[in-house]
Formats: sequence, C-alpha cells, structure tokens
Amino acid sequence: MTKADIIEKVYDKLGGYSKREAADLVEIVFETLKETLSRQEKVKISGFGNFVVREKKARMGRNPQTKQPIEITARRVLTFKPSQVLKHTLNG
Amino acid sequence: MTKSDLIEAVAQKSNLTKDKAASVVNQIFEQMVDAMKKGDRIEIRNFGNFTVRKYPAYTGRNPKTGDAVAVGPKKMPFFKVGLELKNRVDGKK
Repeated sequence: MTKADIIEKVYDKLGGYSKREAADLVEIVFETLKETLSRQEKVKISGFGNFVVREKKARMGRNPQTKQPIEITARRVLTFKPSQVLKHTLNG
Repeated sequence: MTKSDLIEAVAQKSNLTKDKAASVVNQIFEQMVDAMKKGDRIEIRNFGNFTVRKYPAYTGRNPKTGDAVAVGPKKMPFFKVGLELKNRVDGKK
C-alpha cells in the first residue's frame, strides 16, 4: 500500500471530495505528523500506536568493513511503539 | 499530540469541520491497519514504511518466577522511518 492507495480509499469511501482534495487532505495529515515529530513532540494515535522521538547518546562503534573504531554521534531518532489494540488485531 | 489534536490541526489547515477532518484521519489509520492485517507493507514516501514481521514460537521465561513459558508465533508491526523525516527529527535540514 502506498500513499496513492490511501488517497484512493479516502476518495472512494468518504465521498464529497475530488481526487485532488483527497490527495491534499492525506498530504496535510502526514505533513502535520512530520511537523509535530520534527518539534520532538510525541504523537499518540489511539488504536494504532505512539511515535516517540528519543535522544541517543554518542557511543563507540566500528566500521564493519575496515574495523576502524568510530564515534557514533549523539542523535535523535524516531521510534514507533504499536498499540496493544494493533498487536492484538494482527494476531487475532 | 493525540489523535484529537491531529484532527483539530487538520480541520484548521483544511477548513473542514472537525467531524469531517475526523473521518479523514480515522479513514487513513483504518486503511493502514487493514493493510497490515493482510500482511501488506505500507510505504509512505518521506514519512516511512510499515511492515509486519513474523516471529517464530520460542520458550520464554517468567522473569519473576523463572518458569519456562511457551510463547507462540506472533506478528508484530514494524516502522522504519523515511529519510526526510529521519533528518527532520534529528534537526538536519
């Protein structure tokens, strides 16, 4: 499933929107999620899961090809924690 | 941000009523759940991909009592963040 499929479904199932409008709406939803997460704010979607930005400290790693030790810099990463409901749905 | 905050933000940006924005947001997440139920992979470019990973059965342990517990095979949703969002979250660009 791609974004185009989601747009198609919004267009089909909701009605009242042109394809262009459906595309704009889906875009607004994902753009809003991205903006929120870019501010390091967590997003909680009940029945789906939580998107959380986590701070990672710098640590030592090594280049697996050259075996040279290198520092992995401190960074922020996005993690997704699926909701219990979603986990149960997939295993129902 | 909760789902209702998201709905409110979408309503504002799109000039839709909150009810209509709610039906759009709910529809999107329902579609994604349905796709994962079918084992489908979801690709949202510049956001990320959702895949369903299958795990085999294993023998786990109750950490409190140390008793062996049989854990059946299971499916778990997995999210891999897309490049654009990954960079934005990390403050690059």
